[in-house]
Amino acid sequence: MIGIYAKRVLCKNKGNASVQFVQLLISGVAQGCIYGLIALGFVLIYKATEIVSFAQGELMMVGAFIGVAVMAYLEFPFWLAVIASMAAMALLGLLLERMVIRPVLGQPAFSIVMLTIGIGYLLRGLVTMIPGMGTETLTLNVPYKDVTMAWGSLILGAEQLAVIAVTTVLCALLFVMFRYTRMGVAMQAASQNQLAAYYMGIPVQRINGLVWALAGMVAAVAGLLLAPITFVYANMGFIGLKAFPAAVVGGFGSLPGAIVGGLVIGIIESLSGFYLPEGFKDVAAYVVVLIMLMVRPNGLFGERLVKKV
Amino acid sequence: MRFIFKTSYLQDIRLARHGGHVFWYGLLGLALLAAPWGLPEYWLAQLTFVLIYGIAGLGLMLLSGYTGQFSLGHAAFLGVGAYTQALLTAMGWPFFLALACAALLSAAVGIVVGLPALRVKGIYLAIATLAFGFIVEESFARWESVTGGNKGIFLQPPQIMGHAFESSEGFYFLCLAIAVACTLAILNLLRAPTGRAFVAIRDSEISAQSMGIHLAYYKTLSFALSAALAGIAGALYAHKLQFITPEQFGIVQSIDLLLMIVIGGLGSVHGAFLGAMFLIFMPQLIGLGKDWLPESIGQSPGLQTFVYGAVLIAFVMFEPLGIYGRWIKVRAWLQLFPFYRRGMFKRQKSFQKSERLR
Repeated sequence: MIGIYAKRVLCKNKGNASVQFVQLLISGVAQGCIYGLIALGFVLIYKATEIVSFAQGELMMVGAFIGVAVMAYLEFPFWLAVIASMAAMALLGLLLERMVIRPVLGQPAFSIVMLTIGIGYLLRGLVTMIPGMGTETLTLNVPYKDVTMAWGSLILGAEQLAVIAVTTVLCALLFVMFRYTRMGVAMQAASQNQLAAYYMGIPVQRINGLVWALAGMVAAVAGLLLAPITFVYANMGFIGLKAFPAAVVGGFGSLPGAIVGGLVIGIIESLSGFYLPEGFKDVAAYVVVLIMLMVRPNGLFGERLVKKV
Repeated sequence: MRFIFKTSYLQDIRLARHGGHVFWYGLLGLALLAAPWGLPEYWLAQLTFVLIYGIAGLGLMLLSGYTGQFSLGHAAFLGVGAYTQALLTAMGWPFFLALACAALLSAAVGIVVGLPALRVKGIYLAIATLAFGFIVEESFARWESVTGGNKGIFLQPPQIMGHAFESSEGFYFLCLAIAVACTLAILNLLRAPTGRAFVAIRDSEISAQSMGIHLAYYKTLSFALSAALAGIAGALYAHKLQFITPEQFGIVQSIDLLLMIVIGGLGSVHGAFLGAMFLIFMPQLIGLGKDWLPESIGQSPGLQTFVYGAVLIAFVMFEPLGIYGRWIKVRAWLQLFPFYRRGMFKRQKSFQKSERLR
């Protein structure tokens, strides 16, 4: 009902180019926040273990599925489902690190990338095997569903605003954690120089496990935020492939870069979907990343590392 | 046990190292030649697919297994080859001329993609090729006047010297001949200085450079050759299916190709074909096992994905050299019987080379 109303208002606004631009911008920012959150997971893992995890999109998908499952079967309220999903994903991250990633550290990067692709396949396959849920397209019943806010002639969906708000809060929390807590500082130290951190008495292996847990939690948040916008289905993890460009644009080793890169990709995608011919929306992210790699391979915030022999 | 006494340096680079090789590969060749008379039609078609994927795998093996460059967009080269073949044969070009054009065009595209490879490494290269793969797939879908868009295009069976290869036997022999030619070409390349240069780049770019290997030239060459092989495979693939659509050349196909060479065994020519056999025969095995599983698992569309993921994880963790690595161990066991020791193939403990040096 409200959706139809919003559409009618959008049609009425068609003449108003600037309002439309802002509308596109905000939906781009919301989409970009999702990319940014997934990219944040990549970057966290990359900084800790120098592994590029292709399973991040699938972790997000599993997080969303857990959210839907606990709300449907255990009848958890929404806030409890969020906590449950985050906790479960943190556990999954810890488990993955301990069981699969730690034994193969030191192998060529290529093998490890294939391993994470394998993890992604495994998770996707497992989810489709859940009876009654795996092959369905599900909706997550968030309390702010179908709520719209009108601000003058600007109509905003609460889903998008929630994405933006939660991402902001999460980034602030992560910033505080990395800046002021012992654990965060230890994580930074371990990511800068593992050996030196180990000599200083930082339990690097445990820290790596915790980073995977953190990446799992971020993925769960991304999944729960994306769920009301795109539904929950087994292949939703493919959006992770669009978060790679985000991480590269921001510079692969930089946490704020991941979010900024996500926003850049999201906004460009949203604008090119409207102003450019059909088909450009799907490849905009990749065109941007190719240009970025040619012009500035280290990304916007990446540090320039010169490898010495 | 076999002892090979080497009396000349040429023995080191000979293709068949000893009589056993000649015997067993000769037997394999005879079996492949006799296959159309011994196998039912369906299995012959599967064998043809193994050969086609084997050719594509050879290309990717050259690039990833021997030169150490990632490519997450290899299906795009397959697609370039397939569409070139489809368009040129529709215009009435002879089969081999169209095939050569498919290979050349793929190689040209490979060079273009290889250029960023000179600037970026490792994961950045993977993402550049991933991006390239998506862009090519989307162009196939949108360039409707040429490629027919998402509706796809049909192909005729290949015509050589006025003789149409309509039967599956004829096409099988064609694929077999091309696959053998490609394999021999790659084997020859790998024992020549070019191939050694590729391996040197894989093992250490810095030491390769200090030995006087022109990194840019050899990396681009590797991309071009790899893409050309993928183009040939794509052309044969198009003829085999007789109908191609853009989504056959998407990211899933690219990952399948990678999965194939990793499971087959990185850094071995055998691995390309062993991996192709895995990729083609695994769905059949899964189909056989389906009835034994509970319904929600057996009938799930994700069963194949699940099995592929599990097998991939198992191989990377326990047998990084893939099926071929396992075969080497079995062979050593057979050759040394009863003297095989457990620790013979014990992996050296390896440590990660950090990119974070300042």
